[in-house]
Amino acid sequence: MMEKKQTSIRYRNSKNKLVFILVCSLSFLSMLPLFLILWEVISRGYKNFNLQLFTEVTPSSMDAMLSRINGESIPGGILNGITGTLLIVGVAILLTIPLGLLIGIYLSENPQKKFARLASYLTDLLQGMPSIVIGIIAYAWVVKPLGGYSALAGSVALTIMMLPMVVRSTEETLKMLPRSYKEAGLALGSSYRNVVFKILLPSGFGGIFTGILLAVSRVMGETAPLMLTALGATVVNWNLMEPTSAIPLLIWDFYNDPNLVDLIWSTSLLLLIVIFLLNWLAKIVARKWKI
Amino acid sequence: MEDINYNGNKPILQLKSVSVAYSPDRKAVNEVSADIYPNTITAIMGPSGCGKSTLLRAINRMHDLYPSVKTTGEILLKGKNVLQMNPIEVRRMAGMVFQQPNPFPTMSIYDNVLAGYSLNGIRLNKQEKDRIVEQSLVSVALWDEVKDVMTKRGSFLSGGQQQRLCIARTLALKPELLLMDEPTSALDPISTNKIEELLLNLKSKYTILIVTHNMSQAARISDNSMFMYLGDLIEYGNTRHMFTKPRNKKTEEYLTGVFG
Repeated sequence: MMEKKQTSIRYRNSKNKLVFILVCSLSFLSMLPLFLILWEVISRGYKNFNLQLFTEVTPSSMDAMLSRINGESIPGGILNGITGTLLIVGVAILLTIPLGLLIGIYLSENPQKKFARLASYLTDLLQGMPSIVIGIIAYAWVVKPLGGYSALAGSVALTIMMLPMVVRSTEETLKMLPRSYKEAGLALGSSYRNVVFKILLPSGFGGIFTGILLAVSRVMGETAPLMLTALGATVVNWNLMEPTSAIPLLIWDFYNDPNLVDLIWSTSLLLLIVIFLLNWLAKIVARKWKI
Repeated sequence: MEDINYNGNKPILQLKSVSVAYSPDRKAVNEVSADIYPNTITAIMGPSGCGKSTLLRAINRMHDLYPSVKTTGEILLKGKNVLQMNPIEVRRMAGMVFQQPNPFPTMSIYDNVLAGYSLNGIRLNKQEKDRIVEQSLVSVALWDEVKDVMTKRGSFLSGGQQQRLCIARTLALKPELLLMDEPTSALDPISTNKIEELLLNLKSKYTILIVTHNMSQAARISDNSMFMYLGDLIEYGNTRHMFTKPRNKKTEEYLTGVFG
């Protein structure tokens, strides 16, 4: 009897160990693609990842070909893409924040209203909308009426993509705040508007800001909607009404030009670094501003 | 109700057939009538779900937050019907302290005391602010404990200190009436004791209406007590009399622990 018990415990222990090893190796497996991608991008991109990348615009195909033939590294960088991304994403942020916050506040404050529930459902649908479709919509709504490709059209497309994410994170953050904050504010004789803007929004700042950062990092790499709206440019452009380049658009351009193909990896590396930094920042903000 | 402690004053708050219904067929408070006198502490007691908090929250119109809640009857605060006043005006006259200490998490201790002013868009100069903050914190006996950490957030303080901060925040607006919804039920005995002492001190300047499920607390600090059961006001009178010689059978059963 005693012996039987012993073996069964030993059996259970070894089973335990086996499952533990299995779980560990499977989690390692799920991280593997990330490390492989990083390795690939870093090992191929570090060569052209230099100051020039940030200070010069994309070289012409001819210049690139000549230096390739002479065995030199490709002249030029992606300054036009960096400034373009800053412009397009920056304007998209300015458009998204007020809209997203107001809709998010409305949804969290009126969860019972039919209209709010419909809006909430539609927000979810918008979040699942393929980005190319959003690009086409922005083309029809902005590019066509304005008579040309522009950074503004790109910003509108990215705004449509960011909006549901910001709305959702604002709504969820505000819903998680204790009801007593609102009651305490009202009990002090505050107006409803002041309770929302002076108590609820600041209290939810961490969650809301994190949502905005994640939305930005999400749309920063979007290419398809920008192809149909911002188009791209070989010069640095700060005019909202002119075609403008962006980092992901350049990656696509480099892919299509055998002479510039070496720049793909350093540009991808830069994009990855920026997106990782944004995600990291979002984590810090979420932790620091937790209440 | 002839034995009520009132120091010869006229009532500051008069409840006349006040009913509160969460839905048309569910009355939480049923035709409650009572006069509350200035500079007294009135305790509202009763088992869970008897409507004591609901009655308290009707007085400063907190039910306005939920459109389905209907309050009827008359609530006269200094002779004016609360139900017909602007809720903002009502809430300035009747401050409320909640069960859970709830200082605003993004504001410093200093700003929390002044929150009533900043939320109402009232601008004060630095001297006025300093004076109000000091007076309010002194009156809740918190000044000495926090005067060197004014810029820290309210959540930095202990639970009992937070609750005193919340009382200071309410007192800063100089209300006529203090409504307290089980203000010590989330606190330890020592903090509870401090708050009770504080309430006894505040009585000289304010009128306090306190909901409590703690009978001994009601006995310790209140001048008058209300006993509510299933939405009805069963008995209202001098606390000492009620605890020694309740007029109503239900009150007696509650006070002796037959139910609760």
